[in-house]
Amino acid sequence: MSLLEVRELKKHFPIKSGVLKRQTGTVYAVDGVSFNVEKGETLGLVGESGCGKSTTGRAVLRLIDATAGTVVFEDIDVMKASGSEMQKLRRDMQIIFQDPYASLNPRMRVRDIVGESLKIHNIGTPEERKKRVFELLETVGLNAEHAERYPHEFSGGQRQRIGIARALALNPKLIICDEPVSALDVSIRAQVINLLEDLQDEFDLTYVFIAHDLSVVKHISDRVAVMYLGKIVEISDSRLLYDFPQHPYTEALLSAVPIPDPHTERARRRIILEGDVPSPANPPKGCVFHPRCPRAQEICTTAMPRLVSTGGDAGSPHEMACYFPARFAGGERRVDTEPFKAAFSAAGASV
Amino acid sequence: MGERLLTVEDLSTHFFTYAGVVKAVNGVSFTLDRKETLGIVGESGSGKTVAALSIMRLIPDPPGKIVGGRIDLGGRDLRTISDDEIRQVRGNDIAMIFQDPMTSLNPVVKIGSQIAEAIILHQGKTKGEAWQMAAQLLDRVGIPDAAKRVNQYPFEFSGGMRQRAMIAMAISCNPDILIADEPTTALDVTIQAQIIDVIREMQERYESGVIAITHDLGVVAEIADKVMVMYGGRTVEYGPVDEIYYNPHHPYTWGLLGSLPRLDVAEKARLTPIKGQPPDLIALPAGCPFSGRCPYERKECRGEWPALEIVGPDHGVSCWIPVDERHAIREKLPHFEKEAAS
Repeated sequence: MSLLEVRELKKHFPIKSGVLKRQTGTVYAVDGVSFNVEKGETLGLVGESGCGKSTTGRAVLRLIDATAGTVVFEDIDVMKASGSEMQKLRRDMQIIFQDPYASLNPRMRVRDIVGESLKIHNIGTPEERKKRVFELLETVGLNAEHAERYPHEFSGGQRQRIGIARALALNPKLIICDEPVSALDVSIRAQVINLLEDLQDEFDLTYVFIAHDLSVVKHISDRVAVMYLGKIVEISDSRLLYDFPQHPYTEALLSAVPIPDPHTERARRRIILEGDVPSPANPPKGCVFHPRCPRAQEICTTAMPRLVSTGGDAGSPHEMACYFPARFAGGERRVDTEPFKAAFSAAGASV
Repeated sequence: MGERLLTVEDLSTHFFTYAGVVKAVNGVSFTLDRKETLGIVGESGSGKTVAALSIMRLIPDPPGKIVGGRIDLGGRDLRTISDDEIRQVRGNDIAMIFQDPMTSLNPVVKIGSQIAEAIILHQGKTKGEAWQMAAQLLDRVGIPDAAKRVNQYPFEFSGGMRQRAMIAMAISCNPDILIADEPTTALDVTIQAQIIDVIREMQERYESGVIAITHDLGVVAEIADKVMVMYGGRTVEYGPVDEIYYNPHHPYTWGLLGSLPRLDVAEKARLTPIKGQPPDLIALPAGCPFSGRCPYERKECRGEWPALEIVGPDHGVSCWIPVDERHAIREKLPHFEKEAAS
């Protein structure tokens, strides 16, 4: 059984306008996302801004209420959990936020920030809590002296460590990392990535790692889910992602990431996508990627392909949502001219 | 390479604040030739943006001041020419593309008018001609339906399109030098690829020299001919792009390359971060700014700033560790072990 199972998760935001605040439209931020996260693994969620990756993370934790779908964490339906059940669940599911400047209360001391959840959940005596805070600070590479200081006295990297200590306080099983290193400089970023990896080993943590930087996501994740306009278009083993991308969007995304190696850079062929990501308030009909897709054909404009297993051409389970995926067999890459039948949705795309 | 466009010698820019003197740039030298791209790499606070702004004399004074050095553009020292003369240089000889296309365009002025401004000022064209040129420029940087778009406001443009408009503005007077300060940092990667393409195309078309400032070593590997690595307001190493990536001599350059996760490598190698924090520019350590974070520090490092040592053709480094010792240390670093094997 998976630690976390997400099925057909949807989050639609209403657009309201006019004096009466009538709903005049809908932003389809997350539109039918399904994935599993196994205990002890790291699932990376990657995509460009506005693809719904952060909204997915927040909906999973019920920090925002989802429009539809189910989230099951250890056999408990998170969407239907009552207030007291939810409080229990929050001990097991934590989050680390992107912006280490905005996510710490500037008027609280570090000991109160890190110890707040212990207090809320009535864990230990004040003395024990204090000890636990010191312990947590040392775990994340700070020290006990830092407990009495305020967030403004710390650099970005140190603040992110405080955010991590806070997330660890209740011994969670799952941590959603929402762009935890995006705001950090290269040398500090590597420190925090290594820290997250060490903590995972030490405390047997499961991560959902959300970021727009593919190199970082691939580095830290066991599996990577690529999102585009509120949908997952491909889920792949991270080791195979770069060499065997099947979905054309994944291919374009990978080819667009500059690689810090001049020889490799000169030898690469870049796929440049035309235009911008369409607005999630008015997503294209059919496959959401078809207006920018180099492989799009008529069938792609009829219905969104289902996320299906492609049988693991490259030797590991692999799911993608495309009528014309790239296949890798016998060391060769080919794209079929016939649409991939398994991707036909129930809604009925037909040739 | 082509003719020499710009020579910067020993440039120092400091900011005089209540808290103390912020030594943002300390004795930085570099050159730029026609058709060449210089990448300036460094983390936040390394002085790379201040160095570029100093060239254009865009440092707010007070509190900032260029306290030393020469900025030679075609025989003129940009540091000492009059305000009127520097205004002729800006936009005309040197143009700049800023990081954030959301805040560097005026939100209440039409795109066409913002591009036309420099054309009217520098080329003495009429308003009508300038607007026509603005539309042509938008078309050239790949904005569809340019004739209509020229009449729109920045909020009607997406992030990528705004950056294209910024580029159109920068190339409007055919400048010899284009300074791009983190031109793609605020953009998504597929849009970043488009913008890098446009900058390259424009560089080829106008045969300009480009200074690309970025913290992204991937972008540098892609576009730069030569690279300058900055740390704590100093140039710690400079050289041709291949030398910097495959034969780097400074421990900070090693550290940067070792901290990067690689997309193109299947196995999971552990990153080797640089310990500690970047230095405070008000209280820079004596000697090498990297001392304190450098794992190979010796006692000389806290004394004086090491003189630039030439280690190869057009490749210089400032470090107290003797060359052969540097080679020996580098061979044992995980990042370069792999490189040597492949």
